[in-house]
Formats: sequence, structure tokens, C-alpha cells
Amino acid sequence: MSSAAGTTKEPVAIVGIGQTRHVAARRDVSIAGLVREAAQRALQDAELTWQDIDAVVIGKAPDFFEGVMMPELYLADALGAVGKPLLRVHTAGSVGGSTALVAADLVAARVHRTVLTLAFEKQSESNAMWGLSLPVPFQQPLLAGAGGFFAPHVRAYMRRTGAPATVGSLVAYKDRRNALKNPYAHLHEHDLTLEKVQASPMLWDPVRYSETCPSSDGACAMVLTDRAGARRAPRPAAWVHGGAMRSEPTLFAGKDFVSPQAGKDCAAAVYRQAGITDPRREIDAVEMYVPFSWYEPMWLENLGFAAPGEGWKLTESGVTELDGDLPVNPSGGVLSANPIGASGMIRFAEAALQVRGQAGEHQVPGARRALGHAYGGGSQFFSMWVVGADAPGA
Amino acid sequence: MTPTSGTPEALSAPLVVEFPFTRSLGPVQSAFLTGLRERTVLGVRTADGRVLVPPVEYDPVTAEEIRDLAEVGTTGTVTTWAWNPAPRRDQPLDTPFAWVLVRLDGADTALLHVLDAAGPDAVRAGMRVRVRWARERTGAITDIACFEPYEGGEASEPVPHTGEFADPVTGITTPARLDYTYAPGRAQSRYLAALAERRTVGERCPSCRKVYVPPRGACPTCGVATRDQVEVGPDGTVTTFCIVNIKAKNLDIEVPYVYAHIALDGADLALHARIGGIPYDQVRMGLRVRPVWRDGSRFPDHYRPTGEPDADYDSYKGLV
Amino acid sequence: MSATPGPAAGTPQVPDTPPAREIAVVAFAQSDHTRDSAEVSEAELLLPVLQDVLGQAGLRAGEIDFTCSGSSDYLAGRAFSFTMALDSVGAWPPIAESHVETDGAWALYEAWVKLLTGDAETALVYAYGKSSSGEVRDVLTRQLDPYYVAPLWPDSVALAALQAQALIDAGATDEAALAGVAARSRADAAANPHAQLTGPVPHGPYAVRPLHTGDCPPVTDGAAAVVLAAGDTARRLCDRPAWIRGMDHRTEAHGLGVRDLTDSPSARLAAERAGACERPVDTAELHAPFSSQEVILRRALRLDDAVRINPSGGALAANPMMATGLIRIGEAAQRIGRGDSRRALAHATSGPCLQQNLVAVLEGEPR
Repeated sequence: MSSAAGTTKEPVAIVGIGQTRHVAARRDVSIAGLVREAAQRALQDAELTWQDIDAVVIGKAPDFFEGVMMPELYLADALGAVGKPLLRVHTAGSVGGSTALVAADLVAARVHRTVLTLAFEKQSESNAMWGLSLPVPFQQPLLAGAGGFFAPHVRAYMRRTGAPATVGSLVAYKDRRNALKNPYAHLHEHDLTLEKVQASPMLWDPVRYSETCPSSDGACAMVLTDRAGARRAPRPAAWVHGGAMRSEPTLFAGKDFVSPQAGKDCAAAVYRQAGITDPRREIDAVEMYVPFSWYEPMWLENLGFAAPGEGWKLTESGVTELDGDLPVNPSGGVLSANPIGASGMIRFAEAALQVRGQAGEHQVPGARRALGHAYGGGSQFFSMWVVGADAPGA
Repeated sequence: MTPTSGTPEALSAPLVVEFPFTRSLGPVQSAFLTGLRERTVLGVRTADGRVLVPPVEYDPVTAEEIRDLAEVGTTGTVTTWAWNPAPRRDQPLDTPFAWVLVRLDGADTALLHVLDAAGPDAVRAGMRVRVRWARERTGAITDIACFEPYEGGEASEPVPHTGEFADPVTGITTPARLDYTYAPGRAQSRYLAALAERRTVGERCPSCRKVYVPPRGACPTCGVATRDQVEVGPDGTVTTFCIVNIKAKNLDIEVPYVYAHIALDGADLALHARIGGIPYDQVRMGLRVRPVWRDGSRFPDHYRPTGEPDADYDSYKGLV
Repeated sequence: MSATPGPAAGTPQVPDTPPAREIAVVAFAQSDHTRDSAEVSEAELLLPVLQDVLGQAGLRAGEIDFTCSGSSDYLAGRAFSFTMALDSVGAWPPIAESHVETDGAWALYEAWVKLLTGDAETALVYAYGKSSSGEVRDVLTRQLDPYYVAPLWPDSVALAALQAQALIDAGATDEAALAGVAARSRADAAANPHAQLTGPVPHGPYAVRPLHTGDCPPVTDGAAAVVLAAGDTARRLCDRPAWIRGMDHRTEAHGLGVRDLTDSPSARLAAERAGACERPVDTAELHAPFSSQEVILRRALRLDDAVRINPSGGALAANPMMATGLIRIGEAAQRIGRGDSRRALAHATSGPCLQQNLVAVLEGEPR
């Protein structure tokens, strides 16, 4: 057969989700212990055992972050992967999302029925800034630290759209308050006020301290399965309605760092797959990768929730609040927990929790369709999925 | 524009990647390594009764979490070996030795370590060995200095052990140094050679005609080699920037300072550099700048204002 | 081949509807492998290989539906090293793209799955490694258990030597036989214009006994790329597509002390799952960096003397880390394309002492 006609994809269901309580340093566990904790919780959620898993797909950001080359080799035993396929994905910051999509494809292609997918980072084993700024000869040292890479693009966004300088603080305040409702979030800043966010030190002007993500140890895991697996699942499944990855080069003439084409194309692909024509109305909750607060309005435009130049107005008018009509990062987002390699998968998993009605205190009432979004590298790698409460086509 | 002339020699230089990783252990590994400090070797018992040494946290066969510790012997039997005639840096012994897998008495699996023996003819599978403890022990696999030949039978049965010790080791520091040679490639070498003459030379894509600075050998949008060299700058325009208020550990620059994206005249994308010669709070998008060199530096130290009127936003907004 | 299950082999369920889509290797290219490619960056190393493979398939980069690559930051000595290699692809307009942090054979596996879903008709797979950048023997120690093993810095040759000694003690081989494997590989490589070591190489002194220097792979810089296509697209792009009849990969426990180092149950299981045992293969390209590992794989996969082993010279003739496994698939496909093989097994490995193994079964059109 030569076309996709004879190979209708198997619908993919998310039936188990687990994550660790993200913290600055999990000194009580090994790397295996950390990853295992998320995996075990996902299996418990699905009421499955290690024997029920056909394959494992694992992702994380650069190996230098923990100083273990291809850590999946060492983790094989902890992940119950002995005698099974074990695949490692690495697509920079988008890796958590990409990893979930690779796992979903294994089910969609009917290669496997039930797949465990995980992503992790144990940043306390080293120092991410060390890993990112190895003293490579002949290259100018990184002049500005992590935020310095992003802050000029934020300024460009502000210049392009005329957004008021306060928008970033609104996002940070919202996400940190949402995090108070998420027991797994790293930052639980009970005393935070908008005034405190706006008075926090300006690190990389125009980005303030309270508008930046923390550095976390954490892991996230999901169990993906086919229709038969979903029928046996003890709790409602989330269904994959669309999933896509898009990449563009790191630096190139004409690159739009504020609204990268790869992000627009990726969103268009997942909406097309999901039959979504008006994402602003048809999507009930969004978990997007916002490492610095200003990326919320930027991505709102990039993902088609707002016209170019209008994203900040959604934020400013409260649309993206937990009780707004397009809640963004009800979990508290990357601004409240950032185990780098896992952050993308947490977005995907939190989107799935929403449509399963399992998000607890940060549940968006009645959420039927949600978007999970991850990106990485020089705003060049994107991965997204749209998940729904109903099986696709149902 | 000049065609690529006499390609300078491709550069290379050492790159040392070194970090003291801090590893938390979890309960089983903590007990094992603390035990070594106390000259005690612990294994872990699986549900089907096998004793794994070294003790792992998860059963390799069933994936079940395992926590039942047992003390095994400090003597054992070599299951396989390999003679290393030339020890490498950081390996446990600096004279020729054997790598060995040793099944300690009472254990069902083997531990990887080294054996101090007279020579390869003195080593065989099945030979009896015992632990030689390191004089100073900290709670690490290297608390076993090595194994040494031992004349004696197999004795001990594993004995249940709580794994509890006073002052347990809960984390280890594992320094790791790797030595690389970094070679930036032909295009970057050409770029660096020109920089040494304080010229900034980009390369033009033969397909889309865009000028890349620094050149990376391939046009990233067209996937073809860039060849024609194009001198750009020296002046350029600040397209966007941020003000850095926190001091980076590895940089000797007083904060605050401005970190800017600069589109050099004739280049089709911006490079990154520091702005000086102007108060940080007066830097703006569109500022016209030129490089300031310092002796002995490969790159311009910073860029300073040219004094020209600012560039119009429309003239550079495609480069932001 | 008997069905000796691996430890957890009984449990994974085979789906009701097995993968049905026909997918083939339609083009393969590789660099001329060298000891040291210091004059080129990774992107510069890769660029001609990508142009070659796309040229063979008659495709432009923008016409590829899915791209997936394999490489290692630890090999390169830099974090996110794969992001710069993307420069050589021409990823504009943006492409559907992914990356695995291991041998490119697993990138090919990911691309094969993508084609199986029906979401793509064509895929570009590439892999590269500049093993010369660091001391590979030391770099690979960082793959090992970071608590109990990595602090001892047991290098990759030492671990392979432990495995080889176990094999010798089991009576499965001896040093002369291993020398024979090495000599045959380099002799075969004389006909491979891309190989690094061609013709006789001294068995040499012991590297780590029982392995002599000649039993060990060269340190190699190189790159490789494959184009996959589905069904009639494959037939349109290629006169003799090498159809992937099955592909699977499996993992073993990490600890060397809990494994039977003389066997490779994960390779055998992967071969069974890939359908390798249904009919005999005439050719096998085995990713065996050490001569002793070829012996282990032949035994585990029950490949008898009728099977042509590593006609390319294999990893003993050129070992560009992270590309070596992908090259095995490419070489097997090329033999099918030339009509030198009707049914071939291609194998890739990752991790210490063959911890992970992938097997693909390729066939030409029935004639």
C-alpha cells in the first residue's frame, strides 16, 4: 500500500501521569530514584505494573547537566527496560514534548500497545550554566548568562507591540499564584504580591528576578496506550488529537526570534490534525513553555491565540488567569518549576490532566481540549500536542 | 567581495571539560558506600533470594524496588578478567593491573574493580581474591583500593544487615575531567584569521545571497556551503539589547553593562557583543556602533557609539 | 534460531494489527572515514554526505517529510552540539525534525515508526561523530553507573576485554580466531572506498589482554545518512529499494556483573521480533566494534558460515561513533540495491559490552 489510507493510526490515550514534587535539590534520591518516582506514580495512576509496559521512551536535556553520558543505559534497570526497547530522545528544551510524541507514535503506528514515557533533570548534580558555557576555544564567552539570551528578544517584542512594561510581572504573579494550587510545583511563594514581583531586582533589563524560572530537580512520566488499553483504564483517559514537532536553524538571516516560524507551523499542524480552526475558542486550557514571563504574550501570538501585537492584551485583561476564558499555565508553568529536560513533558502531562479532570485544585472547570507546548534551543525546536477528553473522531 | 583565497590553516585547541558532580545516593547506595567506609560489603537481596553485589536499587530482572540488605564477604572469586598493561589517568592503580569482575563470597553477582597482581600469568578466572582497603576511606567505590590474590576457601553466607551506620554518607562528589581538542572548522578558521587582522569577514550563501557572520560553513536555510567571503562592518546597528545587572562568574566585567545584538553593515544577521563608551541607560535600539579592539584579544572588546544619528527602526527591524 | 526469551521477554504484547506499511531504504551515503577530520566542523563534515544522499534520492531537503538524527554531546565535548549540525540540513522553511542522543540506527528506528504512522512518506536520517575530539576510551566511561563504576574509569577497551576473556574461558573463541575476524574485516574493507582501515593491520600487542590492538576499532571521524520512503514513493525514488521487513531493539541490564557477557539475549530477542528467524539471511552487517563482539553476536543470532558477515569491513574498518550502527543498515541496503544480497540482517549496538541492540531485516523486491 502506498498511501496512509490503509494505515489509519491507532488513537493514543494517556492513562497514567506521574511527576515528582519539583525542588531545587532532591538530595534523598539517586538519579534512578528520582526518575523512578515519577514512573511509579504514572503506573499507579494507570493501575498497571512494569510487566504491562512494552517499551520505554526517555528524554532529557544535555548529558553534561548530570555528567552521565546516555544516562538511559544506567537507568535501564530502574525503568524496567531490561528485555524491552528503550529509546532516548534529545531535542534541547523541547525534549520533554518530543519524547512524549515519539512514544505516542509507537502506539499510533501499532508497534507497541502500552508505552512508558519519561523525562527528567537532576540539576543539582551539577550546574546548568556550567553545562551551557563550557570553555569552547575561539568562541566569545557567553556575555550575559541564561537570561541574557532571552532578554533582548523580550525588548524586541516590547518595541514591536508597544506592550506596557508591566505585562511580564502580571504573568509571573499569575503563574506563581497558580502554583500554590499545584502540590508538585517547585515554588510556593505564599507571600508574593504583584508589588513584590514588580520590585524584584532587574537582572537582565527588561527581565526581573521574579520573572525568571527556577532551577529544579524533577521528573515526569506518562503511560500511553491504545484503545484497548484505554478501555481497561481505571480513570478517564486523555486522547491525543494532534501532535507535531517543527525545527528551524539556530541562527539565520531573517529569523524572527519573537515569533519563530517553526512555532507557527507546529501550531498550525496540530490544530489541523485536531480539526481546530479557532484555537482561542476551541481550546480550553494551555500549558505553554514560559521560562521568562514575557514569553506568555509572545507565544499567545505565535500559537495563534492572538493576532500579532495583541498577545499582551489577553494577558493584561485577565484572559489567561485560571478563571479567565483561556487559562494559561494553570499548573504554575515553567516559572514555578523547571527541571529542564522534564519541563516540556510536564506541560504535555498537565494539559492531559486538565482534560482528564484530574488537575485537582488547579483544574480548569469543564476543560475538554488542551494544548501542551514545549520549545528549546535558540527558539528553534518546537513540539506540541492537543489532547481531548473524547477519543478522536468520537 | 573577494573569493575565498588562500584558506588559512584550520584551527584547533584543547578544550578541558571538568566538573565535580555532586551525586545524592538514595538509601541503598548510601548504605553500600557507607559500609565500604566501615570495611563492610553489603549486597541487596531480590524477591527470589539472589544477593546482588554491588547492591542496586531496582531488580534488573523484575524491575521491583529492592531494599533488603545483607552483608557478604570481603573475599571472592574472579569470574572474568582483563590485563591492563598501561593504566590510564584516574584508573585505580598506576602500575599494570587486571580489571576483574569479582563474585564476593555470599553474592550471586559480580562487582567490577581492579586486581593488583604480579602479571597476567598470575590471573585466571576462578582465582580467589580479597579486598584491599584504601587507607583513607570516605564512602566511595574507591574505598576498595583494589583486590589482591588470596589463598583461602569460600566461607561466608550473606547475613541480614540493617544498612544503618553512624554518620551515613548520603552523597558523593565525583570529579570528572575529559580532555578534548576542539576544531571549529574551515569557515570559522577563516573568520578567526581575518579577525586577527581586525577585519570581520562573513560568507555569502551562493543560493540565497545572505551574508553570514560569523560564517559556519553552511547556509543554515539552504543547506549549501558558503564560499564567497565578504568583509562587513566595521560599523553596525544595535538591533536589540539587555542591561546585565548580575555579574557572571567567569567574566571580569563591571555591572551594569549592555549586552547587545549588533547587525554589522553588510551582514544579514546580528552578532552579540557588549556596548561601552556610553552610559548603560542611554543605549537604545538603532544606536550606531563600531568595534573597540584591545591588544591580545581575539574579539573586539566592545562596541562604542559612532556618533552618527540612530538608524531608523524600519531599516533594521528585519534583523531583530 | 531458537526462541530463548530475554528476562522480560514473555510480557510485551504484540499488537493485534502488526505494522503493515512497506518502508524501504532508498538512498545511503557516508563520508570517507578518517582518523581525524580536524579541518572541518561537524556541519562541514555532514554537508557533502547530506547532499549525496538527497541527490541519490532525487529530493531536495524541503521535500523530506521527517528528519531525525543521532549524535552525542559527550563525544563532541559540547552541550547541544546537534543544534549546529542542523545548519547543514537547510531546515527552512521549518521541518519536522527530531534527534536521538545515541547511534543513528535509533534515529532510523524513530523515522521508521513515523513512516509507519502514515504521517510521512519520506524521511532523512543522519548521524555523525568526530571521535577524534576526545579520548574515546575515557569519554565512554561516562556512560557507566555514575556511583559504583564510572569513578574507576574503566575504559571501553577494558570492558570489551573482560567480555572477550569470558568468551575465551567459555571455549567459544581464542586469540587466533579473533585475529582472524579482524584480518577478514580489514581485507573486506579493501573493497570499501569509505573505510578507514583497508588491508592488513597487524594484530599488534595487547591493548588490554586478551584483546590486541588489532582486535579494536580505529578511532574514526565520519558521518552517514539514509533516506527512507514508503510504498510506491520508494519505488519511484529508487530502482531497487531495500525493504525493511522488520525492525526491533532491546536492552539488557546495565551492570556487567549481572549479565552473561558471552551472550547477547537482547540482540537475539530483537532479531526474533524483527522477523529475522522466519527465513535465513544471506548477509549480516553487525555493529561489532571489537572482534570478540562479532563472535558473540554470531552465536547469539545463530548466523552460520553460509552468512556473509560484514562485507563492508564493519566497525573494525571504520568506527565513526554514533554513525557506525546507521552505516550497518546503509551497507546492508546497498548490497541489496546492488543485487549482492536478497535478504540481509543489519545490527546496531549501544552501551557497554553490547547493552542495547537493534536489528533490522532488509530485503529486495522478490524476483
